[in-house]
Amino acid sequence: MTSGTGPVSGTILVVGGGISGLTAALEAAEVGHEVILVEKNPYLGGRVAQLNKYFPKLCPPTCGLEINFKRIKTNPRVKFYTLAEVEKVSGSPGNYDVSVKITPRYVNEKCVACDACAAVCPVTRENDFNFGMDTNKAAYKPHNMAFPMQYVIDGKVCQKASCAKCVEVCKYDAIDLKMEPKTLDLKVGSIVWATGWKPYDATKMDNLGFGRYKNVITNMMMERLAAANGPTGGKITRPSDGKEIKKIAFVQCAGSRDENHLSYCSYICCLASLKQATYVAEQYPDAKIFIYYIDIRTPGRYENFYRKVAANPNISLIKGKVAQIEEDAATKDVTVVAENTTTGNKIHEKVDMAVLATGMQPTLAGTNIAVNAGLNESGFILADPQSGVSACGCAKEPLDVVSCAETATGAAMKAIQTLVRR
Amino acid sequence: MEKKYGVYICSGCDIGNSLDIEKLSAVAAKSKVPICKSHPILCSPAGVDLIKQDIAGEGVNTVIIAACSPRVMYDVFDFGPVLVERVNLREGVVWSHEAVKAGGEGGETAVDPEFQMLAEDYVRMGIVKAQKGELPEPYKPEEEINKKILVIGGGVTGMSAALDAANGGYEVTLVEKENQLGGFAARLYKQAAKKYPYTDIETPDVQSKINAVSSHAKIDVRTETEVARIAGAPGLYHVSFKPAGTETEWDVPPKAAAAEGEEAAVAEAAAKYKDIMTLDENAERYGAVILATGWKPYDATKLDALGFGKYPNVITNVMMEELASKGSLVRPSDGKPVKSVAFIQCAGQRDEKHLPYCSATCCITSLKQAKYVREQGDEAKAFIFYKDMRTPGQYENFYKSMQQDPGVFLTKGDVVSISEDARKNLTVEVDNTLIGEKIEVNVDMVVLATGMVPTTQDEAIINLAYRQGPGLIDLELFNGFADSNFICFPYETRRTGVYAAGTVRQPMTIPMCEEDAAGAALKAIQCIESAYRGVAVHPRSGDMSYPDFFFARCTQCKRCTEECPFGALDDDEKGTPKPNPTRCRRCGTCMGACPERIIGFKNYNIDMIGSMVKSFEVPEEDGIYRVLAFVCENDAYPAMDMAAMKGLKFPAAIRVIPVRCLGSMNTVWIKDAMSRGIDGIILLGCKYGDDYQCHFAKGSELANRRMENVAETLKSLALESERVRLVQVAIDEYDKIPQIFNEFMEQMEAVGPSPMKGF
Repeated sequence: MTSGTGPVSGTILVVGGGISGLTAALEAAEVGHEVILVEKNPYLGGRVAQLNKYFPKLCPPTCGLEINFKRIKTNPRVKFYTLAEVEKVSGSPGNYDVSVKITPRYVNEKCVACDACAAVCPVTRENDFNFGMDTNKAAYKPHNMAFPMQYVIDGKVCQKASCAKCVEVCKYDAIDLKMEPKTLDLKVGSIVWATGWKPYDATKMDNLGFGRYKNVITNMMMERLAAANGPTGGKITRPSDGKEIKKIAFVQCAGSRDENHLSYCSYICCLASLKQATYVAEQYPDAKIFIYYIDIRTPGRYENFYRKVAANPNISLIKGKVAQIEEDAATKDVTVVAENTTTGNKIHEKVDMAVLATGMQPTLAGTNIAVNAGLNESGFILADPQSGVSACGCAKEPLDVVSCAETATGAAMKAIQTLVRR
Repeated sequence: MEKKYGVYICSGCDIGNSLDIEKLSAVAAKSKVPICKSHPILCSPAGVDLIKQDIAGEGVNTVIIAACSPRVMYDVFDFGPVLVERVNLREGVVWSHEAVKAGGEGGETAVDPEFQMLAEDYVRMGIVKAQKGELPEPYKPEEEINKKILVIGGGVTGMSAALDAANGGYEVTLVEKENQLGGFAARLYKQAAKKYPYTDIETPDVQSKINAVSSHAKIDVRTETEVARIAGAPGLYHVSFKPAGTETEWDVPPKAAAAEGEEAAVAEAAAKYKDIMTLDENAERYGAVILATGWKPYDATKLDALGFGKYPNVITNVMMEELASKGSLVRPSDGKPVKSVAFIQCAGQRDEKHLPYCSATCCITSLKQAKYVREQGDEAKAFIFYKDMRTPGQYENFYKSMQQDPGVFLTKGDVVSISEDARKNLTVEVDNTLIGEKIEVNVDMVVLATGMVPTTQDEAIINLAYRQGPGLIDLELFNGFADSNFICFPYETRRTGVYAAGTVRQPMTIPMCEEDAAGAALKAIQCIESAYRGVAVHPRSGDMSYPDFFFARCTQCKRCTEECPFGALDDDEKGTPKPNPTRCRRCGTCMGACPERIIGFKNYNIDMIGSMVKSFEVPEEDGIYRVLAFVCENDAYPAMDMAAMKGLKFPAAIRVIPVRCLGSMNTVWIKDAMSRGIDGIILLGCKYGDDYQCHFAKGSELANRRMENVAETLKSLALESERVRLVQVAIDEYDKIPQIFNEFMEQMEAVGPSPMKGF
């Protein structure tokens, strides 16, 4: 009665090392397939590594990442490359040739993360992990739970041979400023695209003042502000003067559901703002929190989370799209202008800080990455699994973490089918 | 195999600067370890070579590496089939403790002897751990692992899962209790478009899926069939089928009564069926199960306030699909063509009196059905009254296109009343609308957008012949859905080998069901292949160790059977446990539960940890305390590493022993430690409760429950209950760890040194 063929030969390439890519890679590898994972950042974990908590459990994303990293550590079938980007894909299902460009890390695997290089590095850079809300050195650790736990040198700002202080100080022979970009030529049987999303550029919404007013931030910046490993050590304060929060506004659909920006709904922003309202309420039990929305979208059992958050009398949910945000030049307070569509009243709410619930844009939108599948008008991948290429997570559509993991597991299934069909 | 030990001490990363390496080496020598070497950078090629040479040349097969945390350099210190034990000197000692302390009156500083002692103790503990551990070997059952997959439910999800598994090379049996495949999707008139520009509606292509399933060489379809029981374990399931709607002796008996007074009734019901330990010789063999039994509509008769059951022209969205599928829309009362319809959203959903959750698909369904109405002619009108219009992702484009249709009127609003006139026309009264006033609309028909109820709400369905009961558990946390508690691992439940997909798991649209089915198919295959290789599945995927039972000393107390979070154990009529290693997740909760201490793993057992507890000296001087910390290796231990990397400091009196899960902590370790004069024990584990973070679901909660036994143990030794404390720590709470430890040390000082010292 025993059936099934067991694992067949052939390698699966997973592009993107966020929660979707990690999941697709590990789920396929744990069936017994060889997997190569490529990630453009110097660390794995993607967007979720930047999040403070997940809704609705308010649990730390690093918990799940830690398990996934442990799975990678103990599974010889997964090979991963950081600072790696796909340049070219050719071939056909079951037989692809892929060129992957590796940007130099300037730090090799001998690094023990002792911090000596960063201590002597004279160059500071904007910390992109924290959306520029603080700085770090050109020789830096991406974040304190980074995997792999290795430093990286930002080649764009490092002074290389003219400085080389880090090379002198490193006891472990871990720094090589002469590292050159490399190209890997991979032969793979199927490809899973898990390239994820980027926050929509909030400066494009002129009326909301982002980029001009310091106390208008995005929801992703809020995650970093609330995170213990963020620029403020987890204390939510406003950027202009570090003042504590007494009143805060969340501006829903900042870019999403808007023909001039993102035509679709980004799915997670309502839940993200409800979650962030709990961050504020926990740190400032008396703070007044306003959430301006078109529709509160908390599908499925997320409704239970919505009900729980909305029960807090300090959290007000107002149906109305924010038309404008203005700044008081003297105090740097911001005023949110909206119309309450239920009462018809015009609202001018002065707050300490406004958080734009900016939407998800697929990472591939507006780029020239060589995806061997179509993109729709918004930049989401239109993969046909029959073709040997599948897509998952937010590269395919706006999704929450749960659905990313579901679609990633499904994409692993499709990738395996391609190998079986060979 | 005889063990030959080698201890390798790294003096890099501040270890050599702050610790006396010679003294550390002396510890190894005293433990009769024949080889002990140190290297300035053990993880460098030269350092690793040193170890490799000893493995090759000296026959070293048990390596103790005293260097950094086991969470790093794991690949560097991997020597194949060699037992490697890591002693965490870097994060565990030098980065997380003050090497010097303020000394005499002048405030001069001196090396703290406690600091060196801590490192030496960790080396001792590491050597003992290596002495007591064995390399595990994969579990190979006598019976051959079967790789066939059982899919329960023949709707879109079940059919998709069957096709995915079959196209992956696995044989599948698909059972459906109705007389045909297709489920709800086959009864839909249209569905919202799956493709750009997402503005149309299209006929669901269920028939081609039915054809593909029916003609697939690897798929065996059985309609009008149900599962009577599933006995066994992943890779080793024995499934008894039965004609749908019948009762057989192989139906699974109800779970033993929990409540007092119910025993007799439950026993009587159970007597009708074969006991779970009886094997059905006609059962068929399977490797894994996919649960795809979907949903049923919420009982609309409970919505009499909205006129259902009272007015014939108030129907549900499910009835609307049936009407539309028949051709033109005519209303139930008189067969008159329908020209105006009011849709009432959240008919029961988002209402704690009915369904507390949102059904996620009903907004899209009503928009789609409004389009059916508009197909009736230009003059036909649809009204949709909603609380929030929920069209996530690309469905927003469909919503937008419907907003542009002047024949569709959409507004937020609260339905106040529905009334009927003599001609059976209906009037819907709506308040708090977006046009700022109460409105009334007169329509031919009202459609209630009723919600989805998971089929697992009232029935076990999978009918597992397991001692812990026939169904998936914890479903009350998920409003009855067969869902997972884990955000990152949505297919993980407390029943290994059973993977739910589609609307039985969460309310979802058809395209999402298809993707979910693919994921569940993969998990089923993965579980089978893991069982075949003899290794664990998530979260200890690949682990070859499994619990071994010394049955001669079992007292049939049943604690292991009852406490296993995954129901991995059954027991016979005497209460002797029957382990099912392919159900087991290797958390060790059984080992923690066993009062006779007869359960253990080759590389993790009572003797090992007990010996570690006894491996170091407990000083008797005044003012010197010894505290043991049992730390969950999944979240709390990485948090401690993070704290160390940040330079946060812990008291040097604490000896940390990582555990697989707090659930695996056996009270005897506490007793052993206390008898030696250790002053206190702190347990660091994951958060428990409804939003538990324990990777083994119940481990930390069970550990907390066992604190009652711990209190008794302490009492029997005439010790204060304050000496043992359990603290919940999340992985990102590294900043709190020094405070947790310091507070515990203060508590110890308040209670005073253990009176057991020196005995």
